[in-house]
Amino acid sequence: MLSLRGVRKAYSGVEVLHGIDFEAHGGEVVAIAGANGAGKSTLIKILCGAVARDAGTIAVDGREVALGSPAAAAALGIRTVHQELTLVPQLSVTENVLLGDLPKRGGLVDWPAAHERTRALLSRTGFTGVDPRTPAKRLSVARQQMVEIAKAMASEPRMLILDEPSAVLAGDDLDQLFALIRSLRADGVLVLYVSHRLDEVMEIADRITVIKDGLIAATSTPRETNEEEIVRQMAGRRLEQIYPDRREKPGRELLGTTGLTREGAFEEVSLSVCAGEVVGVFGLVGSGRTELAECLFAAAPHDAGEIRLAGRAVRLRSPKEAIAQGLAFVTEDRKGSGLVLDLSVRDNAALATLPRWRRHGLLDRKRQQAAIEDMNERLDVRPRTTSKPVKQLSGGNQQKVVLAKWLLSRPKVLILDEPTRGVDVAARVDLYREIDQLTRAGLGVLMISSDLTEVIGATDRVLVMHEGRLVADVPSAEADEELLLAHSIGVAA
Amino acid sequence: MIVQRLRDDRSLLINGSFVVAFVVLLIVAATTTDSFMTDDNITNLMKQSVTTGLLALGMLMVILTGGIDLSVGSVVALAGIMAAGLSADLPIPLAMAIGVAAGVACGFVNGMLVARFRLAPFVVTLAALTTIRGLAYVYSETPVTPTDIGFLWIGTESIGPFPVATLIVVAVFALAWVFLTRTGAGRAIIAIGGNREAVRLAGVNVPRHILVTYMISGFLAGLAGVILASRVGIAQPSVGVAFELNAIAACVIGGASLAGGRGSVLGTLGGVVLLALIDNLLTLYDVQSYWQQVLKGLIIVAVVLARRTEDER
Ligand SMILES: Nc1ncnc2c1ncn2[C@@H]1O[C@H](COP(=O)(O)OP(=O)(O)OP(=O)(O)O)[C@@H](O)[C@H]1O
Ligand SMILES: [Mg+2]
Repeated sequence: MLSLRGVRKAYSGVEVLHGIDFEAHGGEVVAIAGANGAGKSTLIKILCGAVARDAGTIAVDGREVALGSPAAAAALGIRTVHQELTLVPQLSVTENVLLGDLPKRGGLVDWPAAHERTRALLSRTGFTGVDPRTPAKRLSVARQQMVEIAKAMASEPRMLILDEPSAVLAGDDLDQLFALIRSLRADGVLVLYVSHRLDEVMEIADRITVIKDGLIAATSTPRETNEEEIVRQMAGRRLEQIYPDRREKPGRELLGTTGLTREGAFEEVSLSVCAGEVVGVFGLVGSGRTELAECLFAAAPHDAGEIRLAGRAVRLRSPKEAIAQGLAFVTEDRKGSGLVLDLSVRDNAALATLPRWRRHGLLDRKRQQAAIEDMNERLDVRPRTTSKPVKQLSGGNQQKVVLAKWLLSRPKVLILDEPTRGVDVAARVDLYREIDQLTRAGLGVLMISSDLTEVIGATDRVLVMHEGRLVADVPSAEADEELLLAHSIGVAA
Repeated sequence: MIVQRLRDDRSLLINGSFVVAFVVLLIVAATTTDSFMTDDNITNLMKQSVTTGLLALGMLMVILTGGIDLSVGSVVALAGIMAAGLSADLPIPLAMAIGVAAGVACGFVNGMLVARFRLAPFVVTLAALTTIRGLAYVYSETPVTPTDIGFLWIGTESIGPFPVATLIVVAVFALAWVFLTRTGAGRAIIAIGGNREAVRLAGVNVPRHILVTYMISGFLAGLAGVILASRVGIAQPSVGVAFELNAIAACVIGGASLAGGRGSVLGTLGGVVLLALIDNLLTLYDVQSYWQQVLKGLIIVAVVLARRTEDER
């Protein structure tokens, strides 16, 4: 059904796809794997008409197609859920889903019918609990992702492309998505699925295609291959061990709360993060994890309870004060609150540490540059040129820039909300090692994650949240995925 | 290598079509008119760019944060008339300083309303536009002519071949360039226009930085008002109407985005000079003044259009 021959693409003179040959058929789920910056999103943007290819042919059902615009791709039944969210924040869910195709009656929008259709679409995709009338900006990132998927389903796709949909979905939501994919496959739809989570790739895909440095490196079925092999094909090296061995003895408490409450988000949360400790937080969407992190960082106010830093009760009034006290916060939404997309890598990385680079009132650009280059080296941000606007980096590399920004602030406590969203396996390993080393030097880490293996593997302890309450505190060595899931949906003993 | 670096340096934001338009205009001007290359005309050109230059620079700071300052034309009038009026009783430098300070005060009020009370910049400065204009008339309904000849120094004298006012503008542009590219506050101001939330979470005091941009805009508008009054030798409460539009046009021609987060000092300088060049040429060609307005509008659209298609590649 879909066939690509020699597809090439260069951005301002630098070629990133070097001739892609690729075939796929209706009723097939093809996973596309590859390291950050390998060219996955670029390939997908070409398929959905968002960027033009420089060379090569693309045929759909044996007929060559131009794919000059997103509208042209949509006319062929190609629908895409992009890596970065694209909802219009002020508009309601309904308007976003049916954008440009609102049902009308007598020339006016028929709102009841529109909401009804949206509700039907959402439940067809298996996602409930989203009111079609809420503005998109009020939804969590995961819910926004669900809306994106419903939007792609709005016009019966023949080919559905999902670019890292699971980066923010977990647990039940992910199961729903898989159920949807399977039903689409049964209807003869071609599904292209990009993901860095190899376990789910192995589960859902009929075929796995690995892209490395803009070329197809391998294609195999899940039965012929295994995760280790895919990682080797992606990274060109074998990964010995994903999660570091952790046997630090935690030191004194760095960050603690007692009875912390924010109405409508979480209640009576008491926790503590000690020096040298990595504390995971697991919970479903809407369990209050992100809101908790925002309150700890003073990015949002709390209504009751106490926050302690190094044993002393504090009342922080702004993120600025939080940073001054040694807190750092990697948010879950890098586009919305993590990065200034138009600015360069350097400007973004330096943003949280501007006062430090001052010399005689001016920025000491040499020192700044050296520190940032060093950090980019450690985190393996690609490309290394720091003058590039961040928006020209691949998704995973953008995430690393956010991490670089906060690591540069030399925090005492690092709050991470979905830190490895969109980060490839090899880079993730580097990140875990980095965190491990920093904790040896006394850093405390609070890591919110929907990735069960990560939240167990990379931490010393896991807190589980359910409907705004902390319901469990399990040492990672004793935790398993079933147990955490059970706690998170409130059914554990 | 150097060209590549210049191109990579996004603080410049100068691109091909812009340079081409510029050079073409210059060549056309120099070859088709006799009077363009004369010292008088060049000096005139420099003097005419002073007001737009200062206003555009202040406007750029505000636009970078995603705001707008419509009140600058009125501030020009208020600062000029206060300086001229006070110069009758006070030493001239002090009178001028008070005029400029009045501009800063206007910027402070605008900035507080926008940054702390989160009102829309367009609305706040639109209200300020009429309020401040009114204040200028309240101060003096009739034009004020400063009696002391010293009042004219800053606007009319030259040091060597360069008008004093032009030297001031050059200095201010240089300072602004350093401020935006080489200080933390400058980088933060650009970042705020790109993503306010990300900047807030990075521990930057966003309201304070926004306030500063409006105060800079008020300061420069005040300075422009004082220099203008000094140049023409008379301060009128009616002066400066629609000056904000020229200032905005200069920023936009220079690559600034009204949504914030994009724009540069050098680009704005280019915009200012280009606008002055267009005015100057149309006058030299004896184009009727209403047609001048029409042509100027069309040229602005053409330049911005050319920029855009080039930026998007
Ligand atoms: N607009 C752009 N301008 C210039 N270069 C770009 C642009 N978009 C992407 N690139 C470059 O193209 C390369 C491929 O990027 P792409 O987004 O396709 O990677 P990816 O495989 O999707 O990575 P990730 O897993 O991080 O999402 C990267 O080196 C990136 O820096
Ligand atoms: Mg990508």
